[in-house]
Amino acid sequence: MAQTPKPEELAKIEHSPPLMEGWMDRPVEIREGFYCYGAKGKNLAAVGMPNPRDWNPADEDWKLPEDWKEIVLDGFKDRLDRFRSFKLFMDICVRCGACADKCHFFIGSGDPKNMPVLRAELFRSVYRKRFTTAGKLFGKLAGARDLEYNVLKEWWYYLYQCTECRRCSLFCPYGIDTAEITIIGRELTNLLGLNTDWIQAPVANCYRTGNHLGIQPHAYKDMIDFFVDEIEEVTGVRVNPSFNRKGAEILFITPSGDVFADPGTYTAMGYLMLFHYLESMGLDITWSTYASEGGNFGFFTSHEMAKRLNAKMYAEAKRLGVKWILGGECGHMWRVVHQYMDTFNGPPDFLEEPVSPITGTKFENAKGTKMVHITEFTADLIKHNKLKLDPSRNDNLVLTYHDSCNTARGMGIFEEPRYVIKNVCNNFYEMPSGTIREQTFCCGSGAGLNAGENMELRMRGGLPRANAVQHVHEKHGVNMMACICAIDRAALTTLMEYWVPEVQICGVHELVGNALILDGEKDRTTDLRGEPLPGMEDMEEEEDV
Amino acid sequence: MDLIEKIIEKKPAIVKRWLDVLVETYPEDSRVFFKKETDQFANPVGFTFSKELESLVEYVVRGNLGEEASKGLDRIIRIRAVQDFSPSEAVKFVFQLKGIIRDVLGKRGSLEGFAGELELVDKNIDKAGLLAFDIYSMCRERIYELRVGEVRREVGRLLERANLLCQAAQQ
Ligand code: SF4
Ligand code: SF4
Repeated sequence: MAQTPKPEELAKIEHSPPLMEGWMDRPVEIREGFYCYGAKGKNLAAVGMPNPRDWNPADEDWKLPEDWKEIVLDGFKDRLDRFRSFKLFMDICVRCGACADKCHFFIGSGDPKNMPVLRAELFRSVYRKRFTTAGKLFGKLAGARDLEYNVLKEWWYYLYQCTECRRCSLFCPYGIDTAEITIIGRELTNLLGLNTDWIQAPVANCYRTGNHLGIQPHAYKDMIDFFVDEIEEVTGVRVNPSFNRKGAEILFITPSGDVFADPGTYTAMGYLMLFHYLESMGLDITWSTYASEGGNFGFFTSHEMAKRLNAKMYAEAKRLGVKWILGGECGHMWRVVHQYMDTFNGPPDFLEEPVSPITGTKFENAKGTKMVHITEFTADLIKHNKLKLDPSRNDNLVLTYHDSCNTARGMGIFEEPRYVIKNVCNNFYEMPSGTIREQTFCCGSGAGLNAGENMELRMRGGLPRANAVQHVHEKHGVNMMACICAIDRAALTTLMEYWVPEVQICGVHELVGNALILDGEKDRTTDLRGEPLPGMEDMEEEEDV
Repeated sequence: MDLIEKIIEKKPAIVKRWLDVLVETYPEDSRVFFKKETDQFANPVGFTFSKELESLVEYVVRGNLGEEASKGLDRIIRIRAVQDFSPSEAVKFVFQLKGIIRDVLGKRGSLEGFAGELELVDKNIDKAGLLAFDIYSMCRERIYELRVGEVRREVGRLLERANLLCQAAQQ
C-alpha cells in the first residue's frame, strides 16, 4: 500500500499541474464500444432506484428529472459530510501527476481523461465551483466549472471506465484513492437512475433470487448435480454435496459464475472434490441455494445497495445455524467481505471464530467477519500435509498467476494462492514484478464493466495485463493463467482470445481438483476439462477410433 | 548504393519520424508518456510501437511482407483497433512512410536518379497498407466473435440444461 511520505519528500513534490491544460474545453464524446447500455426501467424499479425508465446513453436526452442538478449537488454535499475520505480526496490532490500513467485504461488508450488525476478532476472542478470560495470567485482560473448536462455526461462516461482497481492509489504520495471517488461518483449517477444495465440487471436478479442470473434454487442445485456426474465420469468417484442443510458447521458461498459460466465451472468441480475428500476427515459443510451468489453488483451501484445484497450471507448463516462461512474464489465479493461486511451487517455474534475442523488452525484474521477465504483454507491443509496430491496431472500446463485487484490490493492475499499452485503444479512462472502482487494490472473488466457492448474498452484496459502474459508465454511457454476471481475467469478468457490466444484461464481449485487423489478413484485419463492427462494422449485417440 | 540501402542507412531517422507520426494521432498529454516511458510493461503501447516500427521499415520497403511483417503490423494494429480511431486513421501511418522517406532522404538531393526504385518502394508501401487493412478487419471481426463467445460461455451450461431454463422462464 502507499507509504506515508516524509515531510522532505512531500516538499519535493512539484505543486504545479504538469499536464492537463485545456481539458475542460474538450467536450465528451460518447463513443460506441466504450460504454455499457443504460439500465432498464424495470430493473431500476425492482429495487426501488430513482427515475426508473428505459434510457440510452447515445441519446441526446437521458430522461432526467427536471431538478437533476439539485439532486446531484445535494447528494454531493451529503457525501462530503458523511465520508471524510471523499472530502479529503477532493481537497488534497496537488496534481503532481504521479498517478497519471498508472491506470491501465490510460496506458491502453492514451485518453488523458483516463488518467486517475484527471478522472478525479472531473469531479473536483465541480466541487471547487460549488463548495470552495476560491472556485466560486475565480471559476475556471481556479480549475472550477459548474455542473452542466455535458459535464454530467462526461462524469458518467468516465466513471464507467474505471474498474475501481486502486492501482493508482499505490503511487499517490497522499494515498488518494481514485476508486473511492469513482464509487461515490457512481452513487451520484444512481440518484438519477443512470446505472448501466449490465450492473442493474444482476442487482435486480440478486435481490429476487439471490444470484446474478436470476437462477432459482432447483436450477442451482441441478447444475451442481450435473457437476457431480462430470466428476464421476473423470474420477469414478461420486461426490455428495448437501444444500441448505441446517446444523452444518460451515456454510459455503461462492460466486454464481463458478456454477454457471465456463471456465469457472471447473473450479466449482474442484471445490466439490475437495469437500468430498475432507468429509471423512470431519468436514461438515453445506451449499446454499439462497445465498447462491458471492458477487455483489450492489457494490458498483451504491454503499446502500451493496449492504442490502450482502445481508443475505449472514441471514443464511443464521437461518442454517452454521458456525462460520467459507468463501469461494471471487474478487469483489472479498473486497466487500473484507472491507465492508462487518460494518454493513455485522457483528455476526451468532457465529464463531473460524477453526479448520481438519487441522485445528484458528483463522484469527477472520475473527471479525467469521468468513475464511478458500485459498487460506486449502493452503493450511497442504501445509499440514492433509492432502494427497499428484501435481504431475497438471504437467501439461505451464502456469502463471494473475493477482486479482480485489484480493491483492483490496485485501492482501498474495502468498496463499501461489503456495497452493506450487503444490499442485510443477511448472509455474511469475509475470514481471511491476505487474503482479500490489502492482498487479487489472483485467480491465472489473467493477461491472464485463459487458459485451463495451468490448473495445475492456480490451484496451486489459492490454497491460495481456502484455505481461505475452511476455511469460514467449519466454517460458506459459499456456495457463490461474486466478481467484470469477469475473477474471470469464473476462481474462476473452482478453486472452484477443491478445494471447495461446493462453487459457483457470481457477486455483480447478488445479487442486486435478491433482487431488481421491479414495477409490479410477485411473484418470483426463483432467476436469476432459483434456487428456500427460501421457494419456494416445489413449484418447484409441478411444476415438 | 541502391535506394533500399540508402533507406536502411537512414533507418534510425526514418523510424524516429515514423514513430512521431504514429504517436501524433494521440492527444498531447499521452504523446509524452508513449515516447518517454521505456519500461515495456509500464508502457506496452509506446514500447510495441517503437519495437515493431523498427523492424517493419526494412520488411515494408523491400516488399518482404511475410509472416514477420504481418506479425509486426498485427501488434500495432491490434492495439489501434480498440482505441478511438476510424479504420482509415488506424492504418494511415503505413502510407505515411512514403512522405517520411522522401523527407529524410530527399534533403540533399539523394533521391535524384532513383525515380524508378522509389516507385517500387511506394508500391511496396501500398501493399503493406492493404495488408494493414486486412489485419484491422480481422481484429474487428475478432471483437464481434469475442462478444458471441462470451455469451456462449456465460450461459452455455444453462443451455445444456435447457429444460430447466424453460421451466424457470415459464414460472
Ligand atoms: S482505480 Fe484503477 S481504473 Fe480507476 S482510475 Fe485508478 S487505476 Fe484507473
Ligand atoms: S491523486 Fe495523488 S498522485 Fe495523483 S496527482 Fe493527485 S496528489 Fe498526485
